[in-house]
Amino acid sequence: MQFLGYLISGISLGSVYALIALGYTMVYGIAKMLNFAHGDVIMVGGYMVYFTFCSRGWHPLLAVLFAMAVCTLLGITIERVAYRPLRSAPSLAVLITAIGVSFLLQNSAMLLWKSDPKSFTSIISMDPISIAGGQLSIPAETIVTIVVSVIIMIVLLWFVNKTRIGHAMKAVSEDRGAAQLMGINVNGIISLTFAIGSSLAAVAGALLLSSYPTLVPTTGAMPGIKAFVAAVFGGIGSIPGAFLGGVLLGVIENLSKAYISTQLSDAIVFLVLIIVLLVKPTGLLGKKIAVKV
Amino acid sequence: MALLEVTNLGISFGGLQAVSGFRLSVESGHLYGLIGPNGAGKTTAFNMLTGMYVPDEGNITLDGVDITGKTPEFISKAGIARTFQNIRLFKRMSVLDNVKVGMHNKVTYGMWHGIFRDGVFRSREKEMDQKAMELLDVFGIADKADYVASQLPYGEQRKLEICRALASEPKLLLLDEPAAGMNPNETLELRETVRKVRDDFGIAILLIEHDMKFVMGICEEITVLEYGKIIAHGDPETVSNDPRVIAAYLGGDDD
Repeated sequence: MQFLGYLISGISLGSVYALIALGYTMVYGIAKMLNFAHGDVIMVGGYMVYFTFCSRGWHPLLAVLFAMAVCTLLGITIERVAYRPLRSAPSLAVLITAIGVSFLLQNSAMLLWKSDPKSFTSIISMDPISIAGGQLSIPAETIVTIVVSVIIMIVLLWFVNKTRIGHAMKAVSEDRGAAQLMGINVNGIISLTFAIGSSLAAVAGALLLSSYPTLVPTTGAMPGIKAFVAAVFGGIGSIPGAFLGGVLLGVIENLSKAYISTQLSDAIVFLVLIIVLLVKPTGLLGKKIAVKV
Repeated sequence: MALLEVTNLGISFGGLQAVSGFRLSVESGHLYGLIGPNGAGKTTAFNMLTGMYVPDEGNITLDGVDITGKTPEFISKAGIARTFQNIRLFKRMSVLDNVKVGMHNKVTYGMWHGIFRDGVFRSREKEMDQKAMELLDVFGIADKADYVASQLPYGEQRKLEICRALASEPKLLLLDEPAAGMNPNETLELRETVRKVRDDFGIAILLIEHDMKFVMGICEEITVLEYGKIIAHGDPETVSNDPRVIAAYLGGDDD
């Protein structure tokens, strides 16, 4: 019974990683870059929810929508100002810029909102759900996180596979030049990708902080790295892969915390990543790209 | 006024003048050929026409609209579509979806209609499916609409690429070596396809090709490039008898 509890909270944590990983994987798939500032967008989203919901008592849904809007704007701005001028630069330059943006966001947050931890109130005000005759009590946050993530995932998959804009995104991801010649506004599609990824990061931030309620300017860093790992784990560029990778990562992390060692749990997570990549270098659902020689 | 009017087009890469003084006049419903030895600047000319490269000098006007140095998506909307020397389909997408991407700017609905899956979305998607199937039918590959593009045999991938280009309802279609890598039967079939496209769609076609039999048999007007400059222009007969063209292809005395 206890195992079930750890498993469910692992899936919940994993769902948050999955939401963040979606941002990494979509941006990688479409813009062919690793946006290491993505984790810090979560932190900004967290602060937005904190200032509106925790301090001013807005309705939680309104607060999350506000945070999504701010993060969407932030994501588009980052892309426009920092990454777009480097569109044809070597990928290393873009990567370093992304790390720079990450530091910029963290330090701006420290300057603006100070580095003292803020204690976050959960946006979910439902009672814990007890199952198996009260033997196991699961916090409502856990369930809500899983449900919200699954819904977002389904909508996103449907959007990408079935709509005109989704097709355009896939086209840009496969062959930017050819897509442009089909009349697709590549810059617009890349902006949209950043917008979607960043708004999901805001949701992830609100959900993450509801379960782990300490908010500091570096809150986004570790979940950001883990979500990146999840994206690679599942096969970077693949949306279902990001989801699977995220959930598995959360479960592995939680179970190793519970049964092996709290201190070693992160080490175990990364060890699993290394093993998976040794066996399957493209990740679990990654597509093998044949290189023409 | 001609559909496409190109005057004095030129571009250089570093110290290399890849194309200079390129001019062309294209009328609707006609077939034009652009030939020349390897490295003559044919594909470079195509790249300038489609906005992949920004020309250093010269002017391109399509249907009265100045498209010189505009972005590829602007030019695509203005009415030029192309295929590539090495096939560049969206390989992991279905045959049908490839064609639908080609319609990107022709059938539109806002993102919110897409997200909420309302009536607008459904009717537009249906319209797109229908149009795409009709196009695929013209090329005889409608029965393979659900295949992943990379599963198609080579000749059909070429057809699909033309199909995708036509989906954007262009006024001018550029074909970059459509017969490359095809066997004689496929080439023959392609010739019929290209003719059919011109007749059924009434658009202008400009093609680059190395297969001389193909070009001479299909094009009404041919422009010959060598070292980035036009060395001959005219109907197939004039061009094939031009001593400079023969020299360029077979090697001759420079005089």
